[in-house]
Amino acid sequence: MTTVVEFSSVSRHYGEVKAVDQVSLKIAEGEFFSMLGPSGSGKTTSLRMIAGFEQPSEGYVIIHGHDATGLPPYKRDVNTVFQDYALFPHMNVLENIAYGLMVKGVAKKERLSRAQEALDMVALGEYGLRKPAQLSGGQRQRIALARALVNRPKVLLLDEPLGALDLKLREQMQSELKTLQRQLGITFIFVTHDQTEALSMSDRVAVFNKGRIEQMGSPRDLYNKPQTAFVAEFIGSANVIKQPLVDTLGLQSGKTFALRPEYIDLNAVSEAVSGELNAKGVIRDIQYQGANTRYQVMLDSGEALNVSCANSFSAGNEGSGDVLTDGAEVNLSWRADAMVELRDVELRGENVNVDNAGA
Amino acid sequence: MHSDHSANGKASVWLKIAAWSGLIFLHFPIAIIALYAFNTEESAFSFPPPGLTTKWFAVAFGRADVLESIGLSLQVACVATVLAMTLGTMASAALYRRNFFGKESITLMLILPIALPGIITGLALLTAFKALDIHPGITTIVIGHATFCVVIVYNNVVARFRRISASLIEASMDLGADGWQTFRYIVLPNLGTAMLAGGMLAFALSFDELIVTTFTAGHEKPLPIWLLNQLTRPRDVPVTNVVAMLVMLVTTIPVFLAYLLTKGGEDVAGSGK
Repeated sequence: MTTVVEFSSVSRHYGEVKAVDQVSLKIAEGEFFSMLGPSGSGKTTSLRMIAGFEQPSEGYVIIHGHDATGLPPYKRDVNTVFQDYALFPHMNVLENIAYGLMVKGVAKKERLSRAQEALDMVALGEYGLRKPAQLSGGQRQRIALARALVNRPKVLLLDEPLGALDLKLREQMQSELKTLQRQLGITFIFVTHDQTEALSMSDRVAVFNKGRIEQMGSPRDLYNKPQTAFVAEFIGSANVIKQPLVDTLGLQSGKTFALRPEYIDLNAVSEAVSGELNAKGVIRDIQYQGANTRYQVMLDSGEALNVSCANSFSAGNEGSGDVLTDGAEVNLSWRADAMVELRDVELRGENVNVDNAGA
Repeated sequence: MHSDHSANGKASVWLKIAAWSGLIFLHFPIAIIALYAFNTEESAFSFPPPGLTTKWFAVAFGRADVLESIGLSLQVACVATVLAMTLGTMASAALYRRNFFGKESITLMLILPIALPGIITGLALLTAFKALDIHPGITTIVIGHATFCVVIVYNNVVARFRRISASLIEASMDLGADGWQTFRYIVLPNLGTAMLAGGMLAFALSFDELIVTTFTAGHEKPLPIWLLNQLTRPRDVPVTNVVAMLVMLVTTIPVFLAYLLTKGGEDVAGSGK
């Protein structure tokens, strides 16, 4: 596979603050690549360095095999979909979409027909003469997408493009984006803080934390083989098992493990226990979440574990999920291989961090 | 609770009376000037005027000194406005986003002329012109007026700059436009109305500015100075009133247009292309 975007030990400092700290990565052609992380983790700054809005303080950004470090945005063959869409308010939809072609000197007739084509692609064919202010959030989002794609970039950068949409629309746009990316075969680099979004859309995800990539891999790898406590807890939720619980459970002393709440079986004390590892406790909190019920169980040894149970539909439990009540004594059990060993998290000096300056 | 008044959205009777009294207090003298511009009497002021006539308009526009003053004032206001629009826009473009050492001081120095009493600006300019051996005339009046006209344009344009999202400029660059194209196609259309509004306000300010003009005019007689001189000639009162009315019209119309141009909230008006 050809590499389209490469970071070679890229750092971006704002004074003392290291927004991006020694990041190296390679993104392949045709890949749907997500940069995931909390705000201030450096993901947006990294994206802006690919677009050319920011320049690295150290290291190199390589696009299509050429060193792009120092190149202004208009000399890069990448296009961006902005978080606030950034549609030009004084132009109508068609003029907005045709803008990139206009400044490159494409003849008026051709650029308008290509703009119309792009507009049809996002299913807004009749909206060409409207002003951006007359469109809904979801429509503006599609126009922003069409405006970027009409230039036929090799890489499309998306900066939290779905953040401002409501849940239903967001889910719809997620699958549309995914389909579009498959059809066009363009590399998508997608910045988000929403782990569900990143997992469901991406071929590969880089998890950013404090300016560094904590882990990079396929969604399945990240979820099932998190390497650090941060990744385990940021993607989905996880019980991080460390001292002294590790000793209590009879595991190898000094190690840390992640255990997903849904991999733990929860049984009343009276029932037989099946798993390889067991612990006893008392239910402290019950959260009914529709498809699942989440229990917080206080172990006899004093630690709390979260357990998530799918709400099955069976006799005596018609979807209510609440067989067990608050304060009930329970047995927890799980398979030993459900636990993932985490590597030691190195503590870094700086805790202060900013996300990008431009947002 | 005593929030009843504001809750039902109606002002109390007393508040209305106070507001109207204030407005009348402000505008009564202007109405009087307008009324006496049509007075049939030449130098007496009986109330109500014994009769109304439009002959003073003909008299006023037949007088060479009136026409000359109007011409000079229009000329000064136009040149000062163009100068202010150019310099004010450039200053705001330079200052609105970048942070650099001394930015605050430069901003302060730019805005200061509008806060300084005109008499100080005028005196300072006069001294400076003398020191530089520049003879008072139309150039010195224009320079004097530009000191405060630039601020007006700057304030208008910088406010609009702040409303233009930074991502618009980034989006333009991202789509392949270089700095000049971005300025030409994105920045300028979005600034247009703010520049025009600032220019109109600057024009109105310049047209009737007296104090700075007094210090910088030398032997020239722009309209405000001509009006001031008229006070010593009681027999010319109706003509003076006619000219005063003209000044009011010339200054209020641009101010009103400027208001219309800038009030339209978020969707930035601009030329269609």
